[in-house]
Amino acid sequence: MYETNYHRAGSVSEAASLMAKADDGKFLAGGQTLIPTMKQRLAAPSDLIDLGQIAELQGITEAGGSLRIGAGTKHADVAGSALVQRLIPGLAKLAGGIGDPHVRHMGTIGGSVANNDPAADYPSAVMALGATVHTSSRDIAAEDYFTGMFDTALEENEIITAISFPVPEKSAYAKYPNPASRYAMAGVFVARFKDGSVRVAATGAGQNGVFRIPAMEAALSANWSADAVASINVQADDMLSDIHGSADYRANLVTVMAKRAVAAA
Amino acid sequence: MAKVSMTVNGKKVSADVEDRTLLVHYLREAQGLTGTHVGCDTSQCGACVVHVNGKAVKSCTMLAAQAGGATVTTIEGLANGADLHPVQAAFREHHGLQCGFCTPGMIMAAVDMIERHGANLDEATIRHELEGNICRCTGYHNIVKAIKAAADQMASMRTAAE
Ligand SMILES: Cc1cc2nc3c(=O)[nH]c(=O)nc-3n(C[C@H](O)[C@H](O)[C@H](O)COP(=O)(O)OP(=O)(O)OC[C@H]3O[C@@H](n4cnc5c(N)ncnc54)[C@H](O)[C@@H]3O)c2cc1C
Ligand code: FES
Ligand code: FES
Repeated sequence: MYETNYHRAGSVSEAASLMAKADDGKFLAGGQTLIPTMKQRLAAPSDLIDLGQIAELQGITEAGGSLRIGAGTKHADVAGSALVQRLIPGLAKLAGGIGDPHVRHMGTIGGSVANNDPAADYPSAVMALGATVHTSSRDIAAEDYFTGMFDTALEENEIITAISFPVPEKSAYAKYPNPASRYAMAGVFVARFKDGSVRVAATGAGQNGVFRIPAMEAALSANWSADAVASINVQADDMLSDIHGSADYRANLVTVMAKRAVAAA
Repeated sequence: MAKVSMTVNGKKVSADVEDRTLLVHYLREAQGLTGTHVGCDTSQCGACVVHVNGKAVKSCTMLAAQAGGATVTTIEGLANGADLHPVQAAFREHHGLQCGFCTPGMIMAAVDMIERHGANLDEATIRHELEGNICRCTGYHNIVKAIKAAADQMASMRTAAE
């Protein structure tokens, strides 16, 4: 790891002003992506602004039909929250399947959504539930937030403060984890809302990161069953292809995971 | 460089270290606690697991500075004098180790999972919970047996104490 300067912020505004003073700074949340990247010398920020002790980024609350999760909330705390388990069980299950227990004790929802790894789990829930990303300066709808692999609508010094998820009637997440890293080879989040609308989003598989699957959404709003999506396939041309799996394999996995998610919801 | 202080195994410690110092290096090099191991550079093997404020974390994936002010427990802090911790004793009894390289991390992970699950720890849960710990020797079977035995023993000790 290259040299860096560590700063601990006590509030969102202090974090923003520390960042403004830094040469080439980066926010540090759970560090479960940033520290491995720095160890590999793939990132070399001059300054690290630690968000880990900021109280206003913590906490899970219910308000007006949605569930608001502070950006600094750890994966283990989302997985173990009675409120999340009751309102959006698919989200609790997703958080409990990220990495391993030690990663879940450190990694945060804000860090995961800021990073937007194409194989990360949370983006699928943010997209399928039509969540809102709250930041230090504005609210961003899920549709506008994800702009491609490792790319988001966040400005350089913008801090995610919380994410609000509309509470669905039913939801579930199914992923096929890479056996070594546990990241998704394909993960599908399905949600049905009280008004009958359905949203389906897939992660891990697409070349541009998380994406919705309109054909599955239409089929499921007419007939909520695993059979309804069994013969709907995504275009292999748009899928990732790497040593872990070919594009055809991933396209097939998306359909299989969608079936499993509907069956589990 | 900055002075980083924390409580390690019940003792207040501090050291002047570079900001980029990982917690595992702070423990091994600044504090001489070499029981915590480094087995990979990809945050995947779990040989470096310690408890920070009571939770199992990978000390190779955390800066010492992030743990400033925290309470840390390492493998050296588990035994009570000459008496091994029940999980340590169970690993010995059930041959839960061969070369021993992964063992400190396995034991710290095991203590953490037993604290979270108590007597409800079954074999499937133990195997799932061990996803962040790699062993190249044992094939895991005896590690799982040792953890199950320790969990059962610790649960019965708790019942007896009530
Ligand atoms: C062994 C291992 C296995 C893993 N497996 C999975 C898996 O199965 N699925 C999965 O989804 N993830 C997995 N991860 C990644 C993990 O979920 C990370 O915790 C997550 O991607 C990043 O969150 P973090 O809090 O650790 O962020 P950090 O690593 O601290 O930060 C990541 C990036 O986000 C930025 N950032 C952080 N917080 C904010 C904020 N509030 N506002 C703006 N920017 C911010 C940082 O500047 C940095 O660029 C794994 C990681 C490891 C080490
Ligand atoms: S040394 Fe920490 S996970 Fe391998
Ligand atoms: S006993 Fe040798 S690596 Fe586990």
